[in-house]
Amino acid sequence: MTSLSVRQAGSARQAAHAGGRIPGAGPGRWAVLAALVVLAVVMLFPFVIVTLNAVKTPAEYSSNGPLSLPHGIYLDGIIEFWNRVDFGRKLLNSLLISGAVAVLAVALSVLNAYAIGIGRVRGRLWILVLFLVANTLPQEALAYPLYYLSKEVGLYDSRLAVILIFTVVQGAFGTYLLSAVLGDFPKEIIEAAAMDGASRWRVLWRIVVPISSPTLSVLMIFFFIWTWNEFFLPLIFLISNDNQTVPVALGVLQGDKMMDATMSSASALLGIVPAVAFFLIFQRTLTRGVTVGAIK
Amino acid sequence: MAVQAPATRPATAGTPEPVQRFRMGAGYWVYLIPSAVLFLAVVIVPFLMNIGISFTRWSGVGTPKWTGLDNYKRLLGDQTFWASFQHNVALIVAMAILPTMLGLVLAAALFDYIGKKFGARTASALRAAYYLPQVLPVAVAGVVWGWMLHPSYGALNEVLKAVGLGSLAQNWLGDPDIALASVMGIMVWFQLGYPVVIFMAGLQRVDPALYEAAELDGASWWQRFWHVTVPQIRPEIFVVLLTCTIAALKVFGPIFVLTRGGPGKATIVPSYFSYQNFFEKSNVGYGSAIATVLAIIIVIVTFLFLRVQERKS
Repeated sequence: MTSLSVRQAGSARQAAHAGGRIPGAGPGRWAVLAALVVLAVVMLFPFVIVTLNAVKTPAEYSSNGPLSLPHGIYLDGIIEFWNRVDFGRKLLNSLLISGAVAVLAVALSVLNAYAIGIGRVRGRLWILVLFLVANTLPQEALAYPLYYLSKEVGLYDSRLAVILIFTVVQGAFGTYLLSAVLGDFPKEIIEAAAMDGASRWRVLWRIVVPISSPTLSVLMIFFFIWTWNEFFLPLIFLISNDNQTVPVALGVLQGDKMMDATMSSASALLGIVPAVAFFLIFQRTLTRGVTVGAIK
Repeated sequence: MAVQAPATRPATAGTPEPVQRFRMGAGYWVYLIPSAVLFLAVVIVPFLMNIGISFTRWSGVGTPKWTGLDNYKRLLGDQTFWASFQHNVALIVAMAILPTMLGLVLAAALFDYIGKKFGARTASALRAAYYLPQVLPVAVAGVVWGWMLHPSYGALNEVLKAVGLGSLAQNWLGDPDIALASVMGIMVWFQLGYPVVIFMAGLQRVDPALYEAAELDGASWWQRFWHVTVPQIRPEIFVVLLTCTIAALKVFGPIFVLTRGGPGKATIVPSYFSYQNFFEKSNVGYGSAIATVLAIIIVIVTFLFLRVQERKS
């Protein structure tokens, strides 16, 4: 009886593989695909429409509206916006801040995780809880004192203040994640190195960091992009034009009366392009990293 | 350091002696010092200061005046404060609940249906399309939609006219009756890709035999969805709900860029309300009280989620 049903199951499985005998196999599957494709088009529509209108002349826009295809590639709107807000400078600020935070926050996370995950210092659970709470705290509950204190020490409206703050914020998350990763680090390797007379500092830089570099690079990319995307604290801290990041510059200009339709879409496009570029550059590492984040 | 090394060997070979373990662990404290200093300056001191300021009346200059619980009493009677938390609940629906539900169906459809019938490439192309809004800085997403929904030149109204639904055209962000709904719609668009990607990753570790067994038992697609997919990726569902709920409670960028809390108070949220009190109205004490309440709510929500998650697993 049992063997019979097993055999039936086996042949049914084969049939399912050979003929695709999964329910709803007929024309229904095209309907499902069509629905999912329509949704994809809806999701991508804003990207397409912004790009189309960023390369139109204002005259073309006012006569044909936002849905028409552009007659040619007209870049003057983008160039004019770029020059007016000194966009190159904003890009540089964003790159500098995000890059510095990515490196420093990973360094901080590694030091903490080395003590917690490998050194197993006393009270490590409480330290982790503290970092976790810090990571969930809303920045609103730190913003005013940070604003006040940074003015007191002369760091207000400086990129350094933003770098320091986000190094701590991202480092808190990195510590939480890396401590778990380093907690599983093979002990034998560390002990072997220690027997060979390597100091702890050497073990960290010559063994732990190189071996966990795939995880560290994922973290670094994440910190870079998260910092790039930040808005609230940079908005408060970077008030002068020379220090602003890309999201702050674009966010503040939104709804500005000087901005006409094509220039607004040009500004949106300039915000989209670096973000999509990072996504494409880092895509492989990122999809791996999203999974790492999910497991945490 | 080198002197210590031989001592490690017997400790791991046999049972570790507590004294040696302690001595081994003690030196690692040094590595926590840089963090401790920065953490104190950037998180602990400011947070305690924020709580302290919330018990005072202070304009940001001069000496704060101690007023005890006055700010909190005032909060309880403040319509704007309650409205801001109601809008938070609406944004939890838009940023956590709807994306999770839609994301589950989409991830299962892509993984279990499209992937099998049309190939993995089709599935991952669709996944990338859903994920693309997620790569934008949320403020830039706000700029994009501020443009799409602009009352005079916005593309959405033009699309509606083009398909003969011109009567549905609205001043999407300027009409107090629909501004919140518009923001919610934008946030669904923005968030959707995150659960889709996480859930699809989670589905990869589900044993295919479970699906085959369910198929053989004649389970429909929906039955498999409910009885195989959802229970199997419960940890991912928890993570997504938790992170998205916290993000919704903290939301600031889209509100600042799209509506500045308006029209009137139609889309005000606690973070923007506290920002206004800090930097526009110079009610720093009151703003700190709002921020403190928000922080407490977020910590409570986090703990509740983690408790429920522990119990389930």
